Amino acid sequence: MKPPAAPSDNPVITGLAVVTPVGLDTETFWKSVLAGTSGITPLDRFDTTGYPARLAGQIRGFDAAEHLPGRLLPQTDVSTRYALTAADRALTDAGVTAGTLPDYDMGVVTANALGGFEFTHREFRKLWSQGPEFVSVYESFAWFYAVNTGQISIRHAMRGPSAALVAEQAGGLDALGQARRTVRRGTRLVLAGGVDSALDPWGWASQLAGGRVSTVPDPARAYLPFDRAAAGYVPGEGGALLVVEDARSARDRGAPRIHAELAGHAATFDPPPGSDRPGGLRRAIELALADAETPPDGIDVVFADAAGLPALDRAEADALAAVFGPRGVPVTAPKTLTGRMYAGGGPADVAAAVLALRDQVVPATAGTRDVPADYRLDLVLDHPRELPVRTALVLARGRWGFNSALVVRAPRP
Amino acid sequence: MAAFTLDDLRRILVSCAGENDGADLHGDILDTPFRDLGYDSLALMETAARVEREYGIDVSDDDIAEVETPRGLLGIVNDALGADAA
Repeated sequence: MKPPAAPSDNPVITGLAVVTPVGLDTETFWKSVLAGTSGITPLDRFDTTGYPARLAGQIRGFDAAEHLPGRLLPQTDVSTRYALTAADRALTDAGVTAGTLPDYDMGVVTANALGGFEFTHREFRKLWSQGPEFVSVYESFAWFYAVNTGQISIRHAMRGPSAALVAEQAGGLDALGQARRTVRRGTRLVLAGGVDSALDPWGWASQLAGGRVSTVPDPARAYLPFDRAAAGYVPGEGGALLVVEDARSARDRGAPRIHAELAGHAATFDPPPGSDRPGGLRRAIELALADAETPPDGIDVVFADAAGLPALDRAEADALAAVFGPRGVPVTAPKTLTGRMYAGGGPADVAAAVLALRDQVVPATAGTRDVPADYRLDLVLDHPRELPVRTALVLARGRWGFNSALVVRAPRP
Repeated sequence: MAAFTLDDLRRILVSCAGENDGADLHGDILDTPFRDLGYDSLALMETAARVEREYGIDVSDDDIAEVETPRGLLGIVNDALGADAA
């Protein structure tokens, strides 16, 4: 067994896989993000007539039977099917197959905000209309926030330190932060990230009940973070999983590529409503930069949380101006193309950030046009911006006070 | 009443718990442990629940927890049906 990495030796990202409304593989996703191709359309999984919000970022053309063994189909919610598929692909991208590393040197950390809504909705319908003896035994875990970690761990015999995190829409970044910690404590490899989906009638009702979903009917105008017309967000489904690995271990086993260093992470919690104390986002940013041993001017781009509600947008803009200075850093929000994927949103942004490091280009924020000057934001609009990108900061916030910030850096040559 | 046969079991297993590529359920599997066929205890609970509904019988969870092979499960179901073993 290898000794734990020295603290200054950052874990690296050796594999990534996205499953999103704008691409089921990394290159399609990245092309769509750079081209500004939106995955937001009218929600068509059920009849949404009468619902106040009817737009969603939906994954199309995903046939679970193509990707997963038959035994897993009766026991998995759609979100777990996405997670298992992304896990396979992330491990393949990292060149990890059975036997590459010992079982106990590989962990799994996933975040989940919504659970297995669609599966549970179906089983509840059986419960009420047919009786308890008709409810699938698999409901016992298919609904559960930890199910993605568990199913991935079983499928790939990854028995090392593992976890499931729930921090609403901040959880996916926290999972990557936990992966970084786990690797620094001596586990060689951790598969981490998040995936969510809840586009069945019950899941949809629960999302609408949160009160932040946009009711604007025009897909091009519904989710406009940092715009004067911001009026909520459009829910999406999907996310990303990444392979986080001890740098020396990755070199030793001949990992096919190092996508990036996972250079820093921090999570904070907001004070209770009504408190005089400031929100926790600025502190999360500062702590993540400190963890990455990076001064503010070492950050080349920020992938914003981009809540799409004026008060939250202003709070994020203020935090960025406070840390980086007015218009001090390019900021973008490609999640305007996918909708907010809950625990999947942060990891998908990390995937985009890693690709921005690779290609030296920052994708644009779709839709947003009219940014209040007092936000003091250098928001990348209209077209991707080519610039030297060596270090990126990714932010995510979750309802009820979660803040998470993560720094990725281009791999050392 | 008609006996519960291996073909009945195959159909219900696949419908309830799925079938892995490469798992051959069609051969002589009467004495092949469920574990080797890719079915765990939950798969058997789900299968037993379906059999109970379709055949109008009760089988005990304890019996299902201990059954290891298709022959064993056919025996439990057929005892409950009061039919001759398949």
